Amino acid sequence: MPDFFENTRTIIEAVDDSASYSLDNWNEHNFIVSSDLLFDVIKALKENGYQYLIDLTGAHYPDTEYEYQVVYHVQNLIENLRVRIKVNLTTEKNEVSSIVDLYNAANWMERETFDFYGIIFTGHPNLKRILNLDDMDYHPMRKEYKLEDETRNDKSDKYFGR
Amino acid sequence: MVKIVNSPEGLEGQGFFATSFDKVIGLARANSLWPLPFATSCCGIEFMATMGPNYDLARFGSERMSFSPRQADLLIVAGTISKKLGPVLKKVYDQMAEPKWVLSVGACASSGGIFDTYSVLQGIDHVIPVDVYVPGCPPRPEQIIEGVLKIQELAKNESLRRRDSAEYKKMLESYNIEQQ
Repeated sequence: MPDFFENTRTIIEAVDDSASYSLDNWNEHNFIVSSDLLFDVIKALKENGYQYLIDLTGAHYPDTEYEYQVVYHVQNLIENLRVRIKVNLTTEKNEVSSIVDLYNAANWMERETFDFYGIIFTGHPNLKRILNLDDMDYHPMRKEYKLEDETRNDKSDKYFGR
Repeated sequence: MVKIVNSPEGLEGQGFFATSFDKVIGLARANSLWPLPFATSCCGIEFMATMGPNYDLARFGSERMSFSPRQADLLIVAGTISKKLGPVLKKVYDQMAEPKWVLSVGACASSGGIFDTYSVLQGIDHVIPVDVYVPGCPPRPEQIIEGVLKIQELAKNESLRRRDSAEYKKMLESYNIEQQ
């Protein structure tokens, strides 16, 4: 592992000493950090060369203690390092602070994550649906809903033998 | 060789030809349909092949693709229409002047196709009335031409008063469309 990565680990652990680190099968560096310290962690990374937010998305793991996860990918273009930061959220508190102030790219990605998973990004300038219909009353990527469109009336079970 | 459509039935004599308005206007409409392609995905690519020189939709009088709904007679919806796109499609249909026809090309436009999911409209007939459905995923250009020919049949045989009839108005009302 190159030395500058150790540097990154020091930066993250200086902000959140409970951050857990793991290396996945594809040699990508993962950190799970506390949701309260997420903004500070990303800010520290940005100040230390991680100037590019590659992706921001959510995940739903039903029947686990944390249930929701928000995943941030940031890249240091000079040292060619990528780090994946994850935040675990619960059903009761599915809030994390917005990082739009750090990366403008986060604006639409946070809206998308809100749209599909219902995760609230506190401090987001315009947190409303982006891809789905405005009057949709649920968050479709949560694993609570059937994939099939339930408004469809020509799909009686008898045509499908089920 | 230039091929001209056959003249309608009528009374013919030296220096005159008499027939009904219905037939003449139907003939003119059917052979000069200006399509508005509303193409969103792979069916749109097949439609482009239909317009191109190999299949040459222009042979049937559909030479000019109208990208303004105001000057279009035939709305060709080719591809997956998401629920969010539904109101846009309806607006395009609204802006077309009567008489207007709709051709739904492919499984997605006709029924949602394989996209049986929360974000996709399960057939454009939930939003606008459709005259002819072309099956296929995607349909070949021959099938799309067949669909256009069916529309031509409809246009040729349509009564001039059909668009004023109570049934037609009722049908538009059921889609919440106001007649222009």
